[in-house]
Amino acid sequence: MIVLNIEFVPGKNIVDVKGLVQGNTVRAKHVGRDIAASFKNIFGGELVGYTELLIESRREAMQRMIAQAEQLGANAVVNVRFATSSITAGAAELYVYGTAVVVADAM
Amino acid sequence: MGEIIFYFGVPLALLILGLVVGGAIEASHLRRLDRDEQALSQIVVSDLRWLPPNWRASDGVLVIGEAVIATDYFKVFMATLRNFFGGRVRSYETLVARARRQAIVRMLEQAQAVGANVVWSVRIETATIQGKQQGKSGGVEVLAYGTAMTVR
Repeated sequence: MIVLNIEFVPGKNIVDVKGLVQGNTVRAKHVGRDIAASFKNIFGGELVGYTELLIESRREAMQRMIAQAEQLGANAVVNVRFATSSITAGAAELYVYGTAVVVADAM
Repeated sequence: MGEIIFYFGVPLALLILGLVVGGAIEASHLRRLDRDEQALSQIVVSDLRWLPPNWRASDGVLVIGEAVIATDYFKVFMATLRNFFGGRVRSYETLVARARRQAIVRMLEQAQAVGANVVWSVRIETATIQGKQQGKSGGVEVLAYGTAMTVR
């Protein structure tokens, strides 16, 4: 599966558009990360635990989007966009959407 | 007497810790960013949607960079003061700039790993992480993403 955030696929032609596909996940951080974060708020610096949490959650949301695209018979997702919204103090929703298309090699 | 020391001494100690340790962490982070950006400067980065017509691109890959940077006690204190008097909140400007630069560096490192020489259609999103205290920011989260390609 080709996943890109541009509106074309380099070296290939889009031959069919299957429609919008999307994936989301809502994640809460755990207490250990929370305690580490409150210490970090004294000294500053990167919150490595949160960064990791966001990366793995975003990957999961993308996996769901890709599964939808596969179900539609697409072989690429183009014009992908990410969105993040915090629901409560401890949880965040990660949302990803794009257009499922069928691409073929350019002649 | 002991109470006075407790009520004023603890915040003052945290303030000094934030200023000294937080300042040192920020300075070393900025040095690291300068070095990493220099190493990745051969990659062309753009937020354009389309390539120039004479460019032949191949091997598109989505690259994602993410960074969460925490505020320190001193920054929060300075921002609270600024909220009272108004004006530029420099302590938060540097915080957001650091998170954004770090996210872009991580995105470009991924692009370099797949052997790309351009990153196109870059989008950058910023979100705040809520802190322990109500209404105070715990940090900023920046997401940078784009399409890495090889252009000949």
